[in-house]
Amino acid sequence: MAIEVRIPTILRSHTGGAKTVQGSGDTLGTLIDDLDSQHSGLKGRLVNDGALHRFVNVYVNDEDVRFTGSLDTAVKDGDSVTILPAVAGGAPTLPAVAGGALTLPAVAGGALTLPTVAGG
Amino acid sequence: MGLPQLSPSPEVRLWAKLEDRNPTGSVKDRAALYMIEAAEKDGRLEPGTTLLEPTSGNTGISLAMVARQRGYQVICVMPENTSVERRQLLEMYGARIVFSPAAGGSNQAVAMAKALVAQNPELVMLYQYGNEANARAHYEGTGPELLADLPTITHFVAGLGTTGTLMGAGRYLREKVPSIQIVAAEPRYGELVYGLRNIDEGFVPELYDETVLTTRFSVGPREALRRTRELVESEGIFAGISTGAILHAALAMADKAIASGLPADIALVVCDGGWKYLSTGAYAGTLEEAEAALEGQLWA
Repeated sequence: MAIEVRIPTILRSHTGGAKTVQGSGDTLGTLIDDLDSQHSGLKGRLVNDGALHRFVNVYVNDEDVRFTGSLDTAVKDGDSVTILPAVAGGAPTLPAVAGGALTLPAVAGGALTLPTVAGG
Repeated sequence: MGLPQLSPSPEVRLWAKLEDRNPTGSVKDRAALYMIEAAEKDGRLEPGTTLLEPTSGNTGISLAMVARQRGYQVICVMPENTSVERRQLLEMYGARIVFSPAAGGSNQAVAMAKALVAQNPELVMLYQYGNEANARAHYEGTGPELLADLPTITHFVAGLGTTGTLMGAGRYLREKVPSIQIVAAEPRYGELVYGLRNIDEGFVPELYDETVLTTRFSVGPREALRRTRELVESEGIFAGISTGAILHAALAMADKAIASGLPADIALVVCDGGWKYLSTGAYAGTLEEAEAALEGQLWA
């Protein structure tokens, strides 16, 4: 039995498209080393300067590893590991919408306009 | 209120804080009122001012309600993959909606809102993800209320979105009950929601301070739906799906308490009622069908 690791879409270029991969290790850090030996480049996307990338969240059995020892979190066969990009709110950089001709829906007499508008 | 059916033992008990009983039906009324009052105090709002806010629904609904009472306009930037009831409620309270692409999730809604405010300086963005008044609403309200009603509280479990509830109530409770465990339940959406998300453009709300938390769970749609249904079946509480995720994390903490042989009084937040999510199919059919129906939707 091994440790099952769920890979987010954005990192599947490293796993040949696989959604889940198997690995082994005693800690999350050694597990990631093992995964990197099978799927080159993966570690570089997850770890920066010996610490987890700020915008990567890793969960062992659904618990965030930042609260359980980070890369030193103990793992064992049968555990389930999930890797996800950080979610919640906005992006620090503005995507394509910035610089576009954005206009707002008409409110309070303003001549404002915007992209897709409902209820306007 | 107590949750006797879901509590695993007489010593390890679950308690629900019913935030669905707020005027617009969600916990977000607290943050909306505090943010608007703070902005009024700072002189940022005048009669007729238009507020623009990125929101997946509840905050926008709360802001729209308060804003209408006080003579402001509201525009919400909302991902298009949110439930139809949320749109209807926003329109009922007089808000306008700008939809952001589903594939960009709430990240893109925030980016779009920031771009719009940059281009239209007459708009005011209260920005719930970074507004200290959001957390303060819970530091001054939710936290003290919890402690007053449940002086034996050992755990506080809430959802993680803007992080306002956990940061505010969590800080207050830590000051008063140093041994308390503050637990975050973070919704884990289906593949479609994460599909285009780039790790290098991730986002952590400005309000978030992980030192307030004891731990943080990621809860997927299957578990959230299962617990949402258990809540209505065993305790008669008809809650939204994110509350199911919170209950799942609370039950995980209850298991740990049982395993360690320690008594526990675990308080969890019922963020909103289930009404706004009926159209998602969350409450009908099998769990598998409900989970399939939620794929690609922002359900929390």
